Amino acid sequence: MTADMEFTLTCPAPSRDHSRVLLAHGGGGRLMGQLISSVFMAGYGNPLLENRHDGAVLDVGGARLAFTTDSYVVQPLFFPGGDIGTLAVNGTVNDLAMCGARPLYLSAGFILEEGLEMETLRRVVESMRAAAEAAGVELVTGDTKVVDHGKGDGIFVNTAGIGVVETDLTIGPMSARPGDAVLVSGDIGRHGIAIMAQREGLEFETTIESDCAPVNHMVGDLLAAGIEVHCLRDLTRGGLASAVVEIAETAGLSIRLDESAIPVREDVRGACEILGFDPLYVANEGRFVAFVPEADAGRALVIMRGHADGAGTNRIGIVTDVGAGQVTLRTQIGVDRIIDLLSGEQLPRIC
Amino acid sequence: MRFIDEYRDAEAVHNYARAIRELTTRPWNIMEICGGQTHSIVKYGLDELLPSEITLIHGPGCPVCVTPIHMIDRAIEIAQRPEVIFCSFGDMLRVPGTSLDLLRVKAAGGDVRIVYSPLDAVKLAEAHPEREVVFFAVGFETTAPANAMAVFQAKRLGLRNFSMLVSHVLVPPAMEAILSSPNNRVQGFLAAGHVCTIVGTAEYQPLARRFHTPIVVTGFEPVDILQGVYLCVKQLEEGRADVENQYARSVRAEGNREAVRIVEEVFRVGPRKWRGIGEIPQSGLALAEAYADFDADTRFPTDGCDAEEPAECISGLVLQGVKKPHECPAFGTRCTPENPLGAPMVSTEGACAAYYRYRRQPVGAGRAR
Repeated sequence: MTADMEFTLTCPAPSRDHSRVLLAHGGGGRLMGQLISSVFMAGYGNPLLENRHDGAVLDVGGARLAFTTDSYVVQPLFFPGGDIGTLAVNGTVNDLAMCGARPLYLSAGFILEEGLEMETLRRVVESMRAAAEAAGVELVTGDTKVVDHGKGDGIFVNTAGIGVVETDLTIGPMSARPGDAVLVSGDIGRHGIAIMAQREGLEFETTIESDCAPVNHMVGDLLAAGIEVHCLRDLTRGGLASAVVEIAETAGLSIRLDESAIPVREDVRGACEILGFDPLYVANEGRFVAFVPEADAGRALVIMRGHADGAGTNRIGIVTDVGAGQVTLRTQIGVDRIIDLLSGEQLPRIC
Repeated sequence: MRFIDEYRDAEAVHNYARAIRELTTRPWNIMEICGGQTHSIVKYGLDELLPSEITLIHGPGCPVCVTPIHMIDRAIEIAQRPEVIFCSFGDMLRVPGTSLDLLRVKAAGGDVRIVYSPLDAVKLAEAHPEREVVFFAVGFETTAPANAMAVFQAKRLGLRNFSMLVSHVLVPPAMEAILSSPNNRVQGFLAAGHVCTIVGTAEYQPLARRFHTPIVVTGFEPVDILQGVYLCVKQLEEGRADVENQYARSVRAEGNREAVRIVEEVFRVGPRKWRGIGEIPQSGLALAEAYADFDADTRFPTDGCDAEEPAECISGLVLQGVKKPHECPAFGTRCTPENPLGAPMVSTEGACAAYYRYRRQPVGAGRAR
């Protein structure tokens, strides 16, 4: 090598438009937000949709109803701690609960692939029945389509749900206030890692089970106890980080999280280290964050910890300010860094 | 978690930061080679704990970032062939080529798969004798042994439908290129611990001596990195230029002989172009003569057009440590992880992506001192 070697200093690549849908458009990150804004909002946006909440809250004949829908395409269909049926019921139940609603009725739409074993379908249906019973909802209408072999992936399920909002509170990002405590209802990242381990044949010392569970009873108890709940958001794709960032950006709030207070199980941490994932962005199916006034935080913690699925509830942060819309994390070594949405996803297609 | 938590211990981190502050009397520029180290530094805000005299320069040690655009285009060209199952580590899929990336090839119907080990690609080739399975072998010395083993296995199994697109790079020649450059500012190195786990530390001795530059083999956790900086500053302040091993729990001076042997069996050393830096002699690995049949680059015809590298982003300067990511006018505006202008914004180990993800403004006002 010669001492006067010169570097060539270019390395750019042209920026591209998105002329096709990528898997990352469904990943719950920045790209998905762009898809929603540029295609769906642009196409049929309206004030209710623009709330960008987990469901819409509608005034109908003097009652306030919450309405939501979600589709489930998870592979594998069965995984430790649940299956596509439990996900399909709990996911929609939880979206209703995040509106402060008491979930009542669900629909179930099935897209089945030709050749699917009937026994597989029966197992999924039985899971849905059991999950609906546990959540206290009824599956009251449905639809079935069968597509050619190779045109589906076994089973796709869509559920929609309605619930009744019995609280006078307006629950959503815009109701959060500086000083609010941020609570998370348990350890994070288990669903994503359970799916990943099953899908990729990864084996750890212990079986990591999905956290898939209904959270409506926990939310119902918070409201019944008169906790002034400001905002609720369930942690699904994109994990805790994405949920909190979305709330911060929607309401222009500055939120500070404390890394050492965020519960992550040892086995999940280990799996994340091996896979190179950040547990803050790994999917959950039975966890939510609650924003409550400081004065109510202690009582809310006790109520949530009183539920089996909320035993690991912890206070993880605080709303510090209005205006900036940025989330910071105080790391375990005491330095602050920002938390942002990922552009796509860490794992392919979880739910 | 054992073997992790003790290296992220806040008290140990702050003790090392204090020791570095007490030790430092003059400005020093230290380059961490590896993107994994850059990621840790920015994620944990380690540079904010250092005295203002210490500048950490983020090195070119992100294999995704330095893979030249013509190799990405070649990968895309091969992945578009209908008979091909194209296997890659996940990060490579999002790296922009001239007009596409591998994720878009996948969206348009190409059979592009993420694998976790090159041996998984060999298994795919066994399971699909009617298809051509191609593995995109990218990386430094760290990933070379497993990739070499995959080719070795494929040959042993007599697989005729397995091949590898090789874009392997070697660290010491890049360090030599940086130190030889007229605009070099680097006065000390944190070498990449995992690279040295494979190749040992012997190669670094002549570099340290010839350029009178201390080289500290360093791990990836916060305590590792600050300990590495401490050892490096200590040498600089004392006027020494030795090779030291901070990462002794993993690195032996002689490296991993078995791993080196399989690499030497399957690969040969040759010139390699680095994205953003240019061609560096003897800085890459290509398949050795005896394994040339497994070279995807010669197996599949090419239309031969040269990739053009237009010139808006400054990643060449970033990869050399001349500029910080946020000093680029396109940073965070025209260049984001969703629409990257250059590879360092793509990979999670790229300096630009690390800055984008963990901070948007220069370190300064909020120094934790």
